[in-house]
Amino acid sequence: MSSPANFLYDEQIVEHSKKPRNHRRMENANRFAEGHNPLCGDHQIVYLLVEDDVIKDISFLSVGADSVKNCAISKASASMMTKALKGKNLPEVETLFAEFHQMLTSATLEEVTPILGHLRVFAGVREFPMRVKCATLPWHTLKAALNQESIVSTE
Amino acid sequence: MKDNSAALIEEPVIHSTWDVERIRADFPVLHQKVNGKPLVYLDNGASSQVPQVVIDRGSLYIEEEHSNIHRGVHYLSQKATTAYEGAREKVKRFINARDSKECIFVRGATEGINLVMHGYGRKFVNAGDEIIISAMEHHANIVPWQMLCEEKQARLRVIPMNDAGELILDEYDALLNERTRLVAVTHVSNALGTVNPIREITERAHKYGVPVLIDGAQSAPHMMIDVQELDCDFFAFSGHKMYAPTGSGIVYGKAELLERMNPFQGGGDMIKSVTFEKTIYADLPNKFEAGTPAIASQIGLGAAIDYLNTIDREQAAAHEHELLRYATEKLSAIEGVRIIGTAREKASVLSFVIDEIHPHDIGTILDLEGIAVRAGHHCAQPVMQRLGLSATARASFAFYNTKEDVDVLVSGIEKVIEVLG
Repeated sequence: MSSPANFLYDEQIVEHSKKPRNHRRMENANRFAEGHNPLCGDHQIVYLLVEDDVIKDISFLSVGADSVKNCAISKASASMMTKALKGKNLPEVETLFAEFHQMLTSATLEEVTPILGHLRVFAGVREFPMRVKCATLPWHTLKAALNQESIVSTE
Repeated sequence: MKDNSAALIEEPVIHSTWDVERIRADFPVLHQKVNGKPLVYLDNGASSQVPQVVIDRGSLYIEEEHSNIHRGVHYLSQKATTAYEGAREKVKRFINARDSKECIFVRGATEGINLVMHGYGRKFVNAGDEIIISAMEHHANIVPWQMLCEEKQARLRVIPMNDAGELILDEYDALLNERTRLVAVTHVSNALGTVNPIREITERAHKYGVPVLIDGAQSAPHMMIDVQELDCDFFAFSGHKMYAPTGSGIVYGKAELLERMNPFQGGGDMIKSVTFEKTIYADLPNKFEAGTPAIASQIGLGAAIDYLNTIDREQAAAHEHELLRYATEKLSAIEGVRIIGTAREKASVLSFVIDEIHPHDIGTILDLEGIAVRAGHHCAQPVMQRLGLSATARASFAFYNTKEDVDVLVSGIEKVIEVLG
């Protein structure tokens, strides 16, 4: 089972894509943003509850006409992102964002920092340039949510 | 004098079989490995491959004839002009236009439709007028008309389709009225493969004196096109989907309409005379061909038509239909696979989805098996919305594909299900 397909679709990626964590609308979110990849139609909403520069809660929702909604890479990436960021403060989030982005665009595997932890399973996506945006979609959506100037009320 | 021509026509030429291996030998790109596997190219609906004779003709132009057309009195310019205008004559015969001046060279079907939008739409469509398109259009036959409607305060009407992906013609009748200024409909759906009854569509529009534009991007490569028989007023197609290079294509228009239209772009080659006070436009077809065109590509389109004339196109179409039938049967038998688009009349396009697996993941895993398919909304988002889908995977066949290609596709889909199912 070491075919290129299995390399890209690592066990953890497949598992998270099928059972995404924190996949819910957050009623008490104080920031959120919608992300969209027009190339493949991936469409996600990232919800945040940020208090004292700490991510107290984070969730996401896949949006789509059918039950699949989003591709496995973007769903797994969003799911694992929410797991990795819950409880982190904003500078830590910034570091992880930069490192995740670096991992998907850098030349060699050796450069991948251990601080990414489980997120390193996405290193294989670098070999598929058309799919890099699938993995980074939730992260860019997160950034848009964090950059929201006005705090969004869900009332 | 006794007429025995009917008897002669009744006697069809029967070839033993379609010699697909001989045809494949004409297409150099097919003979390579992708990700360590022999390439199985099933994305012909997006762009088809180019036979060696077409490549050679383009190279010959660049190596021996390259020059600007319609301008020079020198040897090379005359050679280039002769080749370019020769390609127009080939197109004229290919679609059975009355006159080659009705065949305007464009970059592809998209530019052809935009030419009609600017030249016809902006001149003749006014506030309160209506334009009819269909529920299965490619974005290329939606967005230009939306832009026009927005500019002119006109209204876009849409012929609906049923769940199988067939247009509901009774609804079309209800949409036609004295405010209708144009009907723009695709010949073959790129997302579903549906072949639309164009003759009926043009007949009904013409009762109201309404011209009809046909998007022929998906039909020209697969069926014999006779614009006089279809009685369409405009017909646009792309060379790169019919074995010619990118940047080549045609919009056909009935001469009397083209004469009345505004030009598309302004520039050199589309004028008779220019002063700062007034410009007199050139006659057809030059009126619509401003600037230096994609000469090599359009000469390539002529060569692709020559190539198509060397093969038995009836047999080619029969082979493609057999591939569609075989693939439909094989894919339907896989648990979890659902075919999207089940019209009675279909071209060799097979859209499908797999339960709980996104088409982009299907596309990536098939690519790793050397199989090229399209995955996504196929530039037809309203089709996806109508069917409650966000995307599909699509295999589209050309006459150089084989049943073995279909078998590899089936194994690839089984692999997708193994990895992600």
